[in-house]
Amino acid sequence: MSVNQISVFLENKPGTLNRMTRVLAEHDIDMRALSLAETKDFGIARIIVDDVIAATTVLKEADFVASLTPVLAFDIPDEPGGLARLLDTFTAAQVNIEYMYAFLGGKKVNRATMIFRVADTKHAEAALVSRGLRPLSQEDFE
Amino acid sequence: MERYFQEEIECASREQIKKIQDERLVKQVRHVWDNVPYYRAKMEEKGLTPDDIQSSDDLYKLPFLSKADLREAYPYGLVGVPLKECVRIHSTSGTTGKRVVAFYTQHDIDLWEECCARAIVAAGGTDEDVCQVSYGYGLFTGGLGLHGGAHKAGCLTVPTSSGSTERQIMFIMDLQTTILCCTPSYAAYLGEQMKEMGYGPDDIPIKAGIFGAEAWSEEMRRDIEKTLGIKAFDIYGLTELSGPGVAYECSVQAGMHINEDHFIAEIIDPDTGEVLPEGSQGELVFTSVDKEAFPLIRYRTRDICTLTREKCSCGRTHVRMAKPKGRTDDMLIIRGVNVFPSQIEAVLIKQGYAANYQIIVDRVNNTDTLDVQVEMTPEMFTDNLGEVADRQKSLEAGLKAMLGIKAKVSLVAPKTIARSEGKAVRVIDKRRI
Repeated sequence: MSVNQISVFLENKPGTLNRMTRVLAEHDIDMRALSLAETKDFGIARIIVDDVIAATTVLKEADFVASLTPVLAFDIPDEPGGLARLLDTFTAAQVNIEYMYAFLGGKKVNRATMIFRVADTKHAEAALVSRGLRPLSQEDFE
Repeated sequence: MERYFQEEIECASREQIKKIQDERLVKQVRHVWDNVPYYRAKMEEKGLTPDDIQSSDDLYKLPFLSKADLREAYPYGLVGVPLKECVRIHSTSGTTGKRVVAFYTQHDIDLWEECCARAIVAAGGTDEDVCQVSYGYGLFTGGLGLHGGAHKAGCLTVPTSSGSTERQIMFIMDLQTTILCCTPSYAAYLGEQMKEMGYGPDDIPIKAGIFGAEAWSEEMRRDIEKTLGIKAFDIYGLTELSGPGVAYECSVQAGMHINEDHFIAEIIDPDTGEVLPEGSQGELVFTSVDKEAFPLIRYRTRDICTLTREKCSCGRTHVRMAKPKGRTDDMLIIRGVNVFPSQIEAVLIKQGYAANYQIIVDRVNNTDTLDVQVEMTPEMFTDNLGEVADRQKSLEAGLKAMLGIKAKVSLVAPKTIARSEGKAVRVIDKRRI
């Protein structure tokens, strides 16, 4: 039940992130989560959106280079220990995290959404599900 | 089966070629002496008269002409016939300084177009072919030269000129163009556009391309051949000598045959001016032997290459020149090292990038900097930051290995480097020296 994250190449200069968000805005695409990774020379915007197909199409038309990456998303209570408890299960399942980012609030009050990129998404997902975790699906973001 | 446009001359024996060159050179030198005071003065300075030139063996005695001479003599100083006998001019783009204007009589136009026709036939062109000329028409020699050549070869000629890429593609598909003539960078761009429109190599009717007017690498050739599903042929020329067709590739593609019945080629040491033995790398020098309006004796091209007279399996006997490593004025001197844009291009294509790039040279704290901007492509992009950074580093390492100096690679967004419809602008030199 992984979620499709869109990764977008951003040249390191003023206005590129702005242009990307403008393209999504003009096509009425809602971002549910966003994270930026950067080196000295370029960046990658990682976004979870409500309509993946529309977003990839309009980004490509606007000459952005983008790719889809499967990530795991979990809904946790926004309270002390919420993430720690979730990660206890990751540790127990021996799942290694490549990167993650958090998204607070959203449509549910007092909840937070955690996005994880792991090496072997399918294997990690099965291990986590068998320990009682329920990852969010693409539909949860629509 | 190799086909020729003028077999008797293209496959003449070396003795015959020498005989033609000897006779024509003696006449050409006499013509210049009688009609071009600018060059006559140069000969007199060396104590030479036309009697000192009895055959091509005496060529080395004659003074050189350089681009600087052409600029100094601009516009009429090197014209060898009354203007009423001239029927046309062409001009260089003038990117490296003042424009050079070349003059043509009808005889000069005919010999030039024949040279182009030889190139088209060598690329497989026949009267069954549809030849689309997407070089710019006008002052630039590319368009009208190949246009005339296509006529002489009997092709159905489609004079699209450069630009209007959508219309170019419409003609290619609607008229079923089989031969495309344009700059290699425009061929690459057309290929990119056609791919984006969903045309694969099997859908594209073109079988051969004749690409020249700028330096391009073997890697770029393979790239274009793959995208368009064609065989790509190189063509060489200079406006000063007539235009494209001074030399051209045959099906063997092991160098370009120089049309020796019209041009004598020499390789010289660019520093001393000394003629170098066959096979040596040096500056290419041309002497026209039967031009009327704009005869040039020992014109220094600034192109660095080698020559070979080894017999070519295509049957042609004319000397072959290697693809110029670069023009001495395309050459950048960065931190004292000679760098040719074609070397940078070779590294990019080898590592899977498009041939669309820009080289930015600057001077920071009295040190030259070399920045190569490369467009990110969907194929090269991944979500993994480290992997993308590694690819950037591997490009930098490849450039260092090729050039011997450090270059910085900047990955830029797609389509941010301007596409060229004629000669690509590859180098931006911001140094103020």
